[in-house]
Amino acid sequence: MASVYEGPIQALIDELGRLPGVGPKSAQRIAFHLLKIPPEDVARLATTIVEAKRQVTWCRRCFNFATGDLCTYCLDERRDRTVCCVVEEARDIVAVERTHEFHGSYHVLQGAIAPIEGVGPEQLRIKELLARIGDEGITEVILATNPNIEGEATAMYLARLCKPLEIRVTRLASGLPVGGDLEYADEITLGRALEGRRDL
Amino acid sequence: MPTAAPGSARGQRLYRDRGVVLRSIKLGEADRIVTLMSEGHGKVRAVAKGIRKTGSKFGGRLEPATHVAFQCHRGRELDVVTQVETIDAHRALREHYGCLTHAVSMLEAVDQVALEREPDPALYRMLERALRTLAEQPSPAVSTAFFWKLLSLEGFHPVVDQCTRCGGPAPFRAWDLRAGGVCCGACVLGGRPMAPGTAETIARIVGGGLAGVLADPPDDRVLGEVERLAVASLEFHSERRLKSASLR
Repeated sequence: MASVYEGPIQALIDELGRLPGVGPKSAQRIAFHLLKIPPEDVARLATTIVEAKRQVTWCRRCFNFATGDLCTYCLDERRDRTVCCVVEEARDIVAVERTHEFHGSYHVLQGAIAPIEGVGPEQLRIKELLARIGDEGITEVILATNPNIEGEATAMYLARLCKPLEIRVTRLASGLPVGGDLEYADEITLGRALEGRRDL
Repeated sequence: MPTAAPGSARGQRLYRDRGVVLRSIKLGEADRIVTLMSEGHGKVRAVAKGIRKTGSKFGGRLEPATHVAFQCHRGRELDVVTQVETIDAHRALREHYGCLTHAVSMLEAVDQVALEREPDPALYRMLERALRTLAEQPSPAVSTAFFWKLLSLEGFHPVVDQCTRCGGPAPFRAWDLRAGGVCCGACVLGGRPMAPGTAETIARIVGGGLAGVLADPPDDRVLGEVERLAVASLEFHSERRLKSASLR
Protein backbone atom coordinates (compact mmCIF):
# COMPACT_ATOMS: atom_id res chain seq x y z
CA MET A 1 0.00 0.00 0.00
CA ALA A 2 1.36 3.45 -0.91
CA SER A 3 2.33 5.81 1.93
CA VAL A 4 -0.74 8.02 2.27
CA TYR A 5 -0.57 9.01 5.94
CA GLU A 6 1.57 11.44 7.95
CA GLY A 7 5.04 10.11 8.91
CA PRO A 8 4.43 8.53 12.36
CA ILE A 9 1.01 7.09 11.40
CA GLN A 10 2.43 5.45 8.29
CA ALA A 11 5.44 4.19 10.29
CA LEU A 12 3.05 2.58 12.82
CA ILE A 13 0.98 0.99 10.02
CA ASP A 14 4.16 -0.31 8.36
CA GLU A 15 5.47 -1.83 11.61
CA LEU A 16 2.14 -3.51 12.42
CA GLY A 17 1.94 -4.79 8.86
CA ARG A 18 5.19 -6.70 9.41
CA LEU A 19 3.52 -8.92 12.02
CA PRO A 20 2.45 -12.41 10.89
CA GLY A 21 -1.12 -12.60 9.67
CA VAL A 22 -1.58 -8.82 9.69
CA GLY A 23 -2.27 -7.41 6.24
CA PRO A 24 -2.27 -3.71 5.23
CA LYS A 25 -5.97 -3.24 6.06
CA SER A 26 -5.69 -4.90 9.47
CA ALA A 27 -2.53 -2.90 10.21
CA GLN A 28 -4.40 0.30 9.41
CA ARG A 29 -7.33 -0.70 11.65
CA ILE A 30 -5.07 -1.57 14.60
CA ALA A 31 -3.06 1.64 14.12
CA PHE A 32 -6.15 3.82 14.25
CA HIS A 33 -7.41 1.89 17.27
CA LEU A 34 -4.12 2.56 19.07
CA LEU A 35 -4.30 6.25 18.18
CA LYS A 36 -7.83 6.48 19.59
CA ILE A 37 -7.34 4.75 22.97
CA PRO A 38 -5.94 6.58 26.07
CA PRO A 39 -2.14 7.13 26.12
CA GLU A 40 -1.74 5.02 29.29
CA ASP A 41 -3.27 1.98 27.53
CA VAL A 42 -0.79 2.38 24.69
CA ALA A 43 2.08 2.80 27.17
CA ARG A 44 1.02 -0.39 29.00
CA LEU A 45 0.96 -2.36 25.72
CA ALA A 46 4.36 -0.98 24.69
CA THR A 47 5.88 -1.76 28.11
CA THR A 48 4.44 -5.28 28.05
CA ILE A 49 5.96 -5.98 24.64
CA VAL A 50 9.37 -4.59 25.65
CA GLU A 51 9.35 -6.44 29.00
CA ALA A 52 8.29 -9.74 27.43
CA LYS A 53 11.05 -9.44 24.86
CA ARG A 54 13.60 -8.56 27.56
CA GLN A 55 12.63 -11.29 30.03
CA VAL A 56 11.74 -14.24 27.83
CA THR A 57 14.61 -16.37 26.57
CA TRP A 58 15.15 -20.00 25.59
CA CYS A 59 15.41 -22.62 28.31
CA ARG A 60 19.05 -23.73 28.44
CA ARG A 61 18.03 -27.39 28.69
CA CYS A 62 14.92 -27.95 26.54
CA PHE A 63 14.69 -24.75 24.41
CA ASN A 64 11.17 -23.98 25.52
CA PHE A 65 10.38 -20.33 26.31
CA ALA A 66 11.68 -19.41 29.77
CA THR A 67 11.90 -16.35 31.96
CA GLY A 68 15.08 -17.59 33.62
CA ASP A 69 17.83 -20.05 32.90
CA LEU A 70 15.39 -22.99 32.90
CA CYS A 71 11.69 -23.22 31.98
CA THR A 72 8.95 -24.25 34.43
CA TYR A 73 8.94 -27.86 33.21
CA CYS A 74 12.69 -28.26 33.62
CA LEU A 75 12.54 -26.68 37.10
CA ASP A 76 9.73 -29.02 38.25
CA GLU A 77 11.46 -31.75 40.29
CA ARG A 78 8.34 -33.98 40.22
CA ARG A 79 8.63 -34.62 36.47
CA ASP A 80 10.06 -37.89 35.15
CA ARG A 81 13.46 -37.04 33.67
CA THR A 82 13.91 -40.46 32.03
CA VAL A 83 11.16 -39.82 29.44
CA CYS A 84 11.56 -36.98 26.95
CA CYS A 85 8.85 -35.75 24.60
CA VAL A 86 10.33 -34.14 21.49
CA VAL A 87 8.19 -31.44 19.88
CA GLU A 88 8.68 -29.03 16.98
CA GLU A 89 7.64 -25.78 18.64
CA ALA A 90 7.22 -24.49 22.19
CA ARG A 91 3.46 -24.13 21.64
CA ASP A 92 3.24 -27.91 21.09
CA ILE A 93 4.21 -28.37 24.76
CA VAL A 94 1.02 -26.57 25.74
CA ALA A 95 -1.01 -28.96 23.54
CA VAL A 96 0.59 -32.01 25.19
CA GLU A 97 0.21 -30.51 28.69
CA ARG A 98 -3.52 -29.97 28.14
CA THR A 99 -3.94 -33.77 27.92
CA HIS A 100 -2.72 -34.19 31.57
CA GLU A 101 -1.36 -37.57 30.38
CA PHE A 102 2.35 -36.80 30.21
CA HIS A 103 4.59 -36.08 33.19
CA GLY A 104 8.06 -36.34 31.66
CA SER A 105 10.45 -33.75 30.26
CA TYR A 106 10.36 -31.97 26.92
CA HIS A 107 12.74 -31.00 24.15
CA VAL A 108 11.85 -28.34 21.58
CA LEU A 109 13.52 -28.77 18.19
CA GLN A 110 12.52 -25.24 17.11
CA GLY A 111 11.37 -26.46 13.71
CA ALA A 112 11.22 -29.52 11.50
CA ILE A 113 13.26 -30.88 8.62
CA ALA A 114 11.72 -29.26 5.54
CA PRO A 115 13.71 -30.34 2.45
CA ILE A 116 11.74 -28.09 0.10
CA GLU A 117 12.45 -25.05 2.31
CA GLY A 118 16.09 -26.09 2.63
CA VAL A 119 15.77 -26.60 6.42
CA GLY A 120 18.11 -29.41 7.37
CA PRO A 121 18.85 -31.25 10.64
CA GLU A 122 21.75 -28.91 11.45
CA GLN A 123 19.33 -25.99 11.82
CA LEU A 124 17.38 -27.80 14.55
CA ARG A 125 18.24 -28.50 18.21
CA ILE A 126 19.17 -32.12 17.47
CA LYS A 127 22.76 -32.05 18.73
CA GLU A 128 21.46 -30.71 22.03
CA LEU A 129 18.89 -33.55 22.26
CA LEU A 130 21.56 -36.20 21.70
CA ALA A 131 23.73 -34.56 24.36
CA ARG A 132 20.79 -34.63 26.81
CA ILE A 133 20.16 -38.33 26.16
CA GLY A 134 23.72 -39.07 27.19
CA ASP A 135 23.93 -36.63 30.13
CA GLU A 136 20.48 -36.95 31.72
CA GLY A 137 19.94 -40.70 31.55
CA ILE A 138 16.92 -40.50 29.24
CA THR A 139 15.58 -44.00 28.53
CA GLU A 140 12.65 -43.15 26.27
CA VAL A 141 12.25 -40.49 23.57
CA ILE A 142 8.70 -39.79 22.39
CA LEU A 143 8.72 -38.26 18.92
CA ALA A 144 5.77 -35.86 18.96
CA THR A 145 6.48 -34.00 15.73
CA ASN A 146 3.52 -33.08 13.52
CA PRO A 147 2.01 -35.93 11.45
CA ASN A 148 2.80 -34.16 8.16
CA ILE A 149 5.62 -34.77 5.70
CA GLU A 150 8.09 -32.48 7.53
CA GLY A 151 7.25 -33.94 10.93
CA GLU A 152 7.48 -37.51 9.63
CA ALA A 153 10.85 -36.79 8.01
CA THR A 154 12.12 -35.32 11.28
CA ALA A 155 10.82 -38.27 13.30
CA MET A 156 12.44 -40.79 10.95
CA TYR A 157 15.74 -38.90 11.04
CA LEU A 158 15.71 -38.73 14.86
CA ALA A 159 14.74 -42.40 15.18
CA ARG A 160 17.74 -43.30 13.02
CA LEU A 161 20.06 -41.26 15.27
CA CYS A 162 18.56 -42.56 18.56
CA LYS A 163 18.44 -46.27 17.70
CA PRO A 164 22.19 -46.92 18.25
CA LEU A 165 21.92 -45.27 21.70
CA GLU A 166 19.89 -48.27 22.90
CA ILE A 167 16.97 -46.28 24.25
CA ARG A 168 13.27 -46.72 23.59
CA VAL A 169 12.13 -44.52 20.68
CA THR A 170 8.37 -44.10 20.28
CA ARG A 171 6.14 -42.09 17.96
CA LEU A 172 2.76 -40.60 18.81
CA ALA A 173 -0.02 -42.83 17.46
CA SER A 174 -1.97 -41.78 14.37
CA GLY A 175 -5.68 -42.36 14.36
CA LEU A 176 -9.17 -41.02 14.08
CA PRO A 177 -10.00 -37.69 15.73
CA VAL A 178 -12.58 -37.95 18.52
CA GLY A 179 -15.87 -36.54 17.27
CA GLY A 180 -14.92 -37.06 13.62
CA ASP A 181 -16.69 -39.09 10.93
CA LEU A 182 -15.20 -42.36 9.69
CA GLU A 183 -16.31 -41.63 6.12
CA TYR A 184 -14.12 -38.52 6.02
CA ALA A 185 -11.01 -40.27 7.35
CA ASP A 186 -8.24 -40.37 4.78
CA GLU A 187 -6.69 -43.68 3.78
CA ILE A 188 -3.38 -43.21 5.60
CA THR A 189 -4.99 -42.17 8.89
CA LEU A 190 -7.56 -44.97 8.73
CA GLY A 191 -4.88 -47.48 7.74
CA ARG A 192 -2.72 -46.48 10.69
CA ALA A 193 -5.75 -46.54 13.00
CA LEU A 194 -6.44 -50.12 11.92
CA GLU A 195 -2.81 -51.10 12.45
CA GLY A 196 -2.83 -49.59 15.94
CA ARG A 197 -6.24 -51.00 16.99
CA ARG A 198 -6.65 -52.09 20.61
CA ASP A 199 -8.47 -54.90 22.38
CA LEU A 200 -11.53 -53.81 24.35
CA MET B 1 -15.72 -39.10 -7.40
CA PRO B 2 -14.94 -39.77 -11.07
CA THR B 3 -11.48 -38.78 -12.19
CA ALA B 4 -12.84 -36.92 -15.13
CA ALA B 5 -11.12 -34.36 -17.20
CA PRO B 6 -11.46 -30.59 -17.07
CA GLY B 7 -14.68 -28.67 -17.07
CA SER B 8 -18.02 -29.48 -15.56
CA ALA B 9 -21.70 -29.20 -16.16
CA ARG B 10 -21.84 -26.33 -13.69
CA GLY B 11 -19.77 -24.06 -15.88
CA GLN B 12 -16.09 -23.40 -16.07
CA ARG B 13 -15.58 -22.26 -12.47
CA LEU B 14 -15.72 -25.77 -11.04
CA TYR B 15 -13.34 -28.33 -12.47
CA ARG B 16 -12.12 -31.84 -11.72
CA ASP B 17 -8.72 -33.29 -12.43
CA ARG B 18 -6.04 -35.64 -11.18
CA GLY B 19 -2.76 -34.46 -9.78
CA VAL B 20 0.23 -34.96 -7.53
CA VAL B 21 0.62 -32.67 -4.51
CA LEU B 22 3.94 -30.83 -4.90
CA ARG B 23 3.98 -28.75 -1.73
CA SER B 24 1.79 -27.14 0.85
CA ILE B 25 2.29 -24.01 2.92
CA LYS B 26 0.39 -22.76 5.94
CA LEU B 27 -2.19 -20.04 5.43
CA GLY B 28 -3.80 -18.25 8.36
CA GLU B 29 -5.06 -20.22 11.35
CA ALA B 30 -6.19 -23.51 9.83
CA ASP B 31 -5.77 -23.36 6.03
CA ARG B 32 -3.05 -24.34 3.62
CA ILE B 33 -2.14 -23.36 0.07
CA VAL B 34 -1.43 -26.56 -1.83
CA THR B 35 0.40 -26.75 -5.13
CA LEU B 36 -0.60 -29.62 -7.41
CA MET B 37 0.83 -30.84 -10.70
CA SER B 38 -2.38 -31.72 -12.48
CA GLU B 39 -2.97 -33.67 -15.65
CA GLY B 40 -5.22 -31.24 -17.46
CA HIS B 41 -4.58 -27.87 -15.82
CA GLY B 42 -0.81 -27.78 -15.34
CA LYS B 43 0.43 -26.47 -12.01
CA VAL B 44 -2.47 -25.46 -9.81
CA ARG B 45 -2.30 -23.45 -6.57
CA ALA B 46 -5.36 -23.80 -4.41
CA VAL B 47 -6.51 -23.06 -0.87
CA ALA B 48 -7.55 -26.06 1.24
CA LYS B 49 -9.75 -24.49 3.88
CA GLY B 50 -9.65 -25.89 7.41
CA ILE B 51 -7.18 -28.63 6.45
CA ARG B 52 -5.10 -28.17 9.60
CA LYS B 53 -8.05 -28.89 11.88
CA THR B 54 -8.15 -32.49 13.14
CA GLY B 55 -11.71 -32.96 11.85
CA SER B 56 -10.94 -31.69 8.33
CA LYS B 57 -12.63 -33.57 5.50
CA PHE B 58 -9.34 -33.41 3.56
CA GLY B 59 -7.31 -35.12 6.31
CA GLY B 60 -3.91 -36.24 5.10
CA ARG B 61 -4.96 -36.43 1.46
CA LEU B 62 -3.20 -33.23 0.47
CA GLU B 63 0.22 -34.07 1.89
CA PRO B 64 3.10 -33.71 -0.60
CA ALA B 65 3.68 -36.69 -2.95
CA THR B 66 0.07 -37.88 -2.69
CA HIS B 67 -1.62 -38.70 -6.01
CA VAL B 68 -5.19 -37.45 -5.84
CA ALA B 69 -8.38 -36.86 -7.78
CA PHE B 70 -9.59 -33.41 -6.86
CA GLN B 71 -12.26 -30.85 -7.51
CA CYS B 72 -11.49 -27.15 -7.37
CA HIS B 73 -13.38 -23.93 -7.66
CA ARG B 74 -11.49 -21.56 -9.89
CA GLY B 75 -10.48 -18.26 -8.28
CA ARG B 76 -8.77 -15.16 -9.59
CA GLU B 77 -5.32 -16.02 -8.25
CA LEU B 78 -5.84 -19.06 -6.05
CA ASP B 79 -8.39 -21.80 -6.62
CA VAL B 80 -10.28 -23.40 -3.71
CA VAL B 81 -10.16 -27.17 -3.17
CA THR B 82 -13.67 -28.51 -2.65
CA GLN B 83 -13.19 -32.31 -2.80
CA VAL B 84 -10.25 -34.70 -2.74
CA GLU B 85 -9.92 -38.46 -3.11
CA THR B 86 -6.68 -40.39 -2.80
CA ILE B 87 -5.55 -42.38 -5.82
CA ASP B 88 -2.22 -43.41 -4.29
CA ALA B 89 -0.84 -42.09 -0.98
CA HIS B 90 2.62 -43.59 -1.69
CA ARG B 91 2.82 -44.68 1.91
CA ALA B 92 6.13 -46.48 1.36
CA LEU B 93 7.74 -43.12 0.54
CA ARG B 94 6.68 -41.60 3.85
CA GLU B 95 8.09 -44.39 5.95
CA HIS B 96 11.68 -44.25 4.74
CA TYR B 97 13.78 -41.11 5.23
CA GLY B 98 15.92 -41.69 2.13
CA CYS B 99 12.89 -42.23 -0.12
CA LEU B 100 11.15 -39.19 1.27
CA THR B 101 14.06 -36.84 0.57
CA HIS B 102 14.39 -38.19 -2.99
CA ALA B 103 10.66 -37.83 -3.56
CA VAL B 104 10.69 -34.26 -2.24
CA SER B 105 13.56 -33.40 -4.62
CA MET B 106 11.48 -34.58 -7.57
CA LEU B 107 8.48 -32.56 -6.35
CA GLU B 108 10.64 -29.44 -5.94
CA ALA B 109 12.12 -29.86 -9.43
CA VAL B 110 8.64 -30.12 -10.97
CA ASP B 111 7.45 -27.12 -8.97
CA GLN B 112 10.35 -25.14 -10.45
CA VAL B 113 9.81 -26.02 -14.10
CA ALA B 114 6.01 -26.39 -14.35
CA LEU B 115 3.97 -23.37 -15.35
CA GLU B 116 0.72 -22.42 -13.63
CA ARG B 117 -2.43 -23.33 -15.56
CA GLU B 118 -0.37 -24.53 -18.55
CA PRO B 119 -1.32 -28.18 -19.15
CA ASP B 120 1.68 -30.51 -19.35
CA PRO B 121 0.31 -34.06 -19.17
CA ALA B 122 3.70 -35.59 -20.06
CA LEU B 123 5.31 -33.99 -17.00
CA TYR B 124 2.43 -35.07 -14.77
CA ARG B 125 2.66 -38.68 -16.00
CA MET B 126 6.43 -38.73 -15.63
CA LEU B 127 6.24 -37.51 -12.02
CA GLU B 128 3.46 -39.90 -11.11
CA ARG B 129 5.34 -42.88 -12.58
CA ALA B 130 8.61 -41.83 -10.92
CA LEU B 131 6.96 -41.64 -7.48
CA ARG B 132 5.40 -45.06 -8.00
CA THR B 133 8.75 -46.51 -9.09
CA LEU B 134 10.53 -44.94 -6.09
CA ALA B 135 7.94 -46.44 -3.72
CA GLU B 136 8.46 -49.88 -5.30
CA GLN B 137 12.23 -49.67 -5.75
CA PRO B 138 13.79 -47.28 -3.24
CA SER B 139 16.97 -46.32 -5.07
CA PRO B 140 18.68 -42.95 -5.55
CA ALA B 141 18.87 -43.89 -9.24
CA VAL B 142 15.12 -43.20 -9.60
CA SER B 143 15.23 -39.50 -8.74
CA THR B 144 18.53 -39.08 -10.62
CA ALA B 145 16.94 -40.60 -13.72
CA PHE B 146 13.91 -38.39 -13.19
CA PHE B 147 16.10 -35.27 -13.28
CA TRP B 148 17.77 -36.33 -16.55
CA LYS B 149 14.41 -37.16 -18.12
CA LEU B 150 13.03 -33.86 -16.87
CA LEU B 151 15.90 -31.98 -18.53
CA SER B 152 15.22 -33.90 -21.71
CA LEU B 153 11.49 -33.10 -21.55
CA GLU B 154 12.26 -29.41 -21.06
CA GLY B 155 14.45 -29.37 -24.18
CA PHE B 156 17.88 -29.93 -22.63
CA HIS B 157 18.49 -33.51 -23.73
CA PRO B 158 22.01 -34.42 -22.59
CA VAL B 159 24.59 -35.07 -25.30
CA VAL B 160 26.43 -38.25 -24.36
CA ASP B 161 27.42 -39.81 -27.70
CA GLN B 162 29.94 -37.24 -28.91
CA CYS B 163 32.05 -34.38 -27.54
CA THR B 164 29.90 -31.24 -27.32
CA ARG B 165 32.85 -29.07 -28.33
CA CYS B 166 34.64 -30.91 -31.16
CA GLY B 167 32.22 -33.73 -32.01
CA GLY B 168 34.92 -36.26 -31.19
CA PRO B 169 34.29 -39.83 -29.99
CA ALA B 170 34.66 -41.47 -26.54
CA PRO B 171 36.37 -41.71 -24.12
CA PHE B 172 34.84 -38.65 -22.46
CA ARG B 173 36.55 -37.02 -19.51
CA ALA B 174 34.36 -34.08 -18.43
CA TRP B 175 30.89 -32.55 -18.51
CA ASP B 176 30.11 -29.12 -19.98
CA LEU B 177 27.12 -27.67 -18.09
CA ARG B 178 26.49 -24.87 -20.60
CA ALA B 179 26.59 -27.18 -23.63
CA GLY B 180 24.73 -29.91 -21.71
CA GLY B 181 26.96 -32.80 -22.59
CA VAL B 182 30.29 -34.59 -22.49
CA CYS B 183 33.76 -33.36 -23.43
CA CYS B 184 36.58 -35.50 -24.78
CA GLY B 185 40.13 -35.57 -23.37
CA ALA B 186 41.28 -32.78 -25.74
CA CYS B 187 38.40 -30.41 -24.82
CA VAL B 188 38.33 -31.05 -21.10
CA LEU B 189 39.34 -27.48 -20.07
CA GLY B 190 36.53 -25.67 -18.23
CA GLY B 191 34.36 -28.78 -17.93
CA ARG B 192 33.50 -30.67 -14.73
CA PRO B 193 35.73 -33.75 -14.51
CA MET B 194 33.72 -36.99 -14.26
CA ALA B 195 34.44 -40.55 -13.28
CA PRO B 196 34.72 -43.24 -15.98
CA GLY B 197 31.32 -44.85 -16.61
CA THR B 198 29.35 -41.68 -15.87
CA ALA B 199 28.50 -40.84 -19.49
CA GLU B 200 27.53 -44.46 -20.18
CA THR B 201 25.14 -44.49 -17.20
CA ILE B 202 23.50 -41.22 -18.28
CA ALA B 203 23.16 -42.63 -21.80
CA ARG B 204 21.45 -45.76 -20.43
CA ILE B 205 19.04 -43.68 -18.33
CA VAL B 206 17.95 -41.26 -21.07
CA GLY B 207 17.98 -44.04 -23.66
CA GLY B 208 15.16 -45.96 -21.96
CA GLY B 209 17.36 -48.27 -19.92
CA LEU B 210 16.37 -47.17 -16.40
CA ALA B 211 15.00 -50.63 -15.57
CA GLY B 212 18.43 -52.04 -16.43
CA VAL B 213 20.19 -49.43 -14.27
CA LEU B 214 17.87 -50.26 -11.33
CA ALA B 215 18.39 -54.00 -11.79
CA ASP B 216 22.13 -53.70 -12.28
CA PRO B 217 23.19 -50.37 -10.72
CA PRO B 218 26.66 -48.93 -11.30
CA ASP B 219 28.94 -48.52 -8.28
CA ASP B 220 28.12 -45.81 -5.74
CA ARG B 221 30.87 -43.47 -7.01
CA VAL B 222 29.46 -43.41 -10.56
CA LEU B 223 25.86 -43.14 -9.32
CA GLY B 224 26.86 -40.26 -7.04
CA GLU B 225 28.57 -38.52 -9.97
CA VAL B 226 25.54 -39.00 -12.24
CA GLU B 227 23.33 -37.58 -9.46
CA ARG B 228 25.58 -34.55 -8.83
CA LEU B 229 25.71 -33.76 -12.57
CA ALA B 230 21.93 -34.11 -12.85
CA VAL B 231 21.34 -31.66 -9.97
CA ALA B 232 23.98 -29.23 -11.31
CA SER B 233 22.48 -29.36 -14.83
CA LEU B 234 18.96 -28.83 -13.52
CA GLU B 235 20.07 -25.89 -11.38
CA PHE B 236 22.05 -24.42 -14.29
CA HIS B 237 19.14 -24.52 -16.72
CA SER B 238 16.39 -23.55 -14.28
CA GLU B 239 18.63 -20.86 -12.75
CA ARG B 240 17.34 -21.85 -9.32
CA ARG B 241 18.90 -23.85 -6.52
CA LEU B 242 17.31 -27.21 -5.76
CA LYS B 243 17.13 -26.72 -1.97
CA SER B 244 16.15 -30.27 -1.12
CA ALA B 245 19.15 -31.71 -2.98
CA SER B 246 21.45 -30.80 -0.08
CA LEU B 247 19.47 -33.13 2.23
CA ARG B 248 19.61 -36.19 -0.03
